[in-house]
Amino acid sequence: MNPLELAGAGPGPAFEVTFDGRRIEALPGRTVAAALWAAGVTSWRTTRGGGRPRGVFCGIGVCFDCLVTVNDRPNQRACLVPARPGDVIRSQEGTGRAD
Amino acid sequence: MRTDLAVIGAGPAGLAAALAADRRGLRVALVDAAPEPGGQFYRQPAAGLRAERPQALHHQWRTWVGLRDRLATSSVRVLSEHHVWCVERTPDGPAVHALLGPEQEKPAEVRATAVLLATGGYETVLPFPGWTLPGVVTAGGAQAMLKGGLVVPGRTAVVAGTGPLLLPVATGLAAAGVRVAALVESADPGRLLRHAGALAGKLPEGAGYAARLLRHRVPFLARHTVVRAHGDTRLTGVTVAALDAHGRVRPGTERRLPCDTLAVSHGMLPHTDLAESLGCRLDGLTVAVDAEQRTDVPGVWAAGEATGVGGAALALAEGHIAGRSIAARLRGTVPDPGEWAPAARARARMRGYAAALDAAYAPPAHWTDRVTDDTVVCRCEEVTAGTVREALALGAGDARTVKLLTRAGMGWCQGRMCEPAVAGLAGCEPAPSRRPFARPVPLGVLAEQHEQHTERGPS
Ligand SMILES: Cc1cc2nc3c(=O)[nH]c(=O)nc-3n(C[C@H](O)[C@H](O)[C@H](O)COP(=O)(O)OP(=O)(O)OC[C@H]3O[C@@H](n4cnc5c(N)ncnc54)[C@H](O)[C@@H]3O)c2cc1C
Ligand code: FES
Repeated sequence: MNPLELAGAGPGPAFEVTFDGRRIEALPGRTVAAALWAAGVTSWRTTRGGGRPRGVFCGIGVCFDCLVTVNDRPNQRACLVPARPGDVIRSQEGTGRAD
Repeated sequence: MRTDLAVIGAGPAGLAAALAADRRGLRVALVDAAPEPGGQFYRQPAAGLRAERPQALHHQWRTWVGLRDRLATSSVRVLSEHHVWCVERTPDGPAVHALLGPEQEKPAEVRATAVLLATGGYETVLPFPGWTLPGVVTAGGAQAMLKGGLVVPGRTAVVAGTGPLLLPVATGLAAAGVRVAALVESADPGRLLRHAGALAGKLPEGAGYAARLLRHRVPFLARHTVVRAHGDTRLTGVTVAALDAHGRVRPGTERRLPCDTLAVSHGMLPHTDLAESLGCRLDGLTVAVDAEQRTDVPGVWAAGEATGVGGAALALAEGHIAGRSIAARLRGTVPDPGEWAPAARARARMRGYAAALDAAYAPPAHWTDRVTDDTVVCRCEEVTAGTVREALALGAGDARTVKLLTRAGMGWCQGRMCEPAVAGLAGCEPAPSRRPFARPVPLGVLAEQHEQHTERGPS
């Protein structure tokens, strides 16, 4: 059993997004975080100080650990932002800005 | 936009209030940050996933169907993807300021005669070595990703911490195909039994979960705790250990459980930012309300977990009472509490359960002993326990002073994640944090707001 089967999901066709240049498939409706989890990716940010990897923590937009760069916009919360066809998703280092 | 009542939060509390007020003829706007109503408990799979059996992930499904169907035939205006950053008192009633969509850059404003704060809460996780590793998520977060995105973080999970939320999370993950290697609960089930009287109505629910744990062969480790999460760039396992009656690790009981996911939670905290910026009185960490769910600020009501953590059924009862009170008060009449007696009885009963659960599920004493100096406490600013302890040794006596000395709590999440830990390390009770805004606000939006004020003159 997987969660899609459990909930009887019949989503439309998957679309493509890229994550750090790699093509991954995303199902319509899923957030960037859900699409990355489904592709087996659990971290997409490194911290400003220690350069440590981070991904989802709270899952509801409160902790800001899941920050990611989507289509050149840094600091998007992956757990809130829906994935859209063609999105260019990039891991974020530090503030995500060249500073 | 102008309305009679703006309800902020479309969880059980907000939904019940919006429907009760709508039925009594008020114009209601139901404002929520999420794309769909439901809140945490009734979070629905994203529409694009076209789930035919979302109830497989839910409890009390019929209650949700009732709410959803009544909402569809009501005149309530649902304003989804509205992140409210501030509610302002103006001479002609509260003004609700929101930012639109997931981007949260464009502003929107709702003006109302009354506002209900039904913003729910978020989880507390107390730090332990390794808790910042990818693969360590909050228990509710794992649940939210599962319910909303129909996705799980890994193949093998440990569910740990303390509190009633661990049970549905463990059974939910197991039903979705994750091997749950253990449910690690630091509380003593004996303490639950000591409150058996107060919890009588809750015991069948607990028994249902117990049966499901058994069916999925999830080992239940009571009076155990996760002492460390292992891994380099992601989680590979946890060390669990038994606790003695004083909450200390029993020497020699440590053992390692391999896993790629740790879903952890130590309780819930209410969202009170909007109430605080309105000047509402708090009672400890929750918004203080009277028997009608009114705050002490005229025109402002509050219901659900914002006023005290107690689950979805309590939130529904409180929301219903708030909606009826608002409908009567806005008509200029004094409501008759006899009209909502069943809801008031449910509220009293549920608050009793909540108090008993709270007493039974307190995080173990001495948890701070297990937080090593190199453990990150503030996840945003990467402030370690050692740095916090140095600040305390320098004489910082409370979380606020620690924050000024170390930057703990000054990052993106504004201290929501680390405040309970900092307070615990300082040995004081967590205090309300008085955040200026409930969401980060773009400077352009703030500037515009300021200009409007200058034009309008001081209000
Ligand atoms: C992540 C998480 C998962 C949970 N999962 C479960 C579970 O599986 N089972 C269970 O029994 N209990 C669960 N709970 C507990 C749950 O909170 C309560 O049982 C119940 O949902 C509380 O109802 P409520 O109406 O008070 O608040 P909620 O259901 O939390 O609803 C509050 C709503 O307010 C909105 N909101 C908050 N602040 C703002 C703002 N500033 N602007 C706009 N909208 C805002 C939120 O988006 C949310 O939809 C969970 C809690 C959390 C935090
Ligand atoms: S996981 Fe906490 S904000 Fe996204």
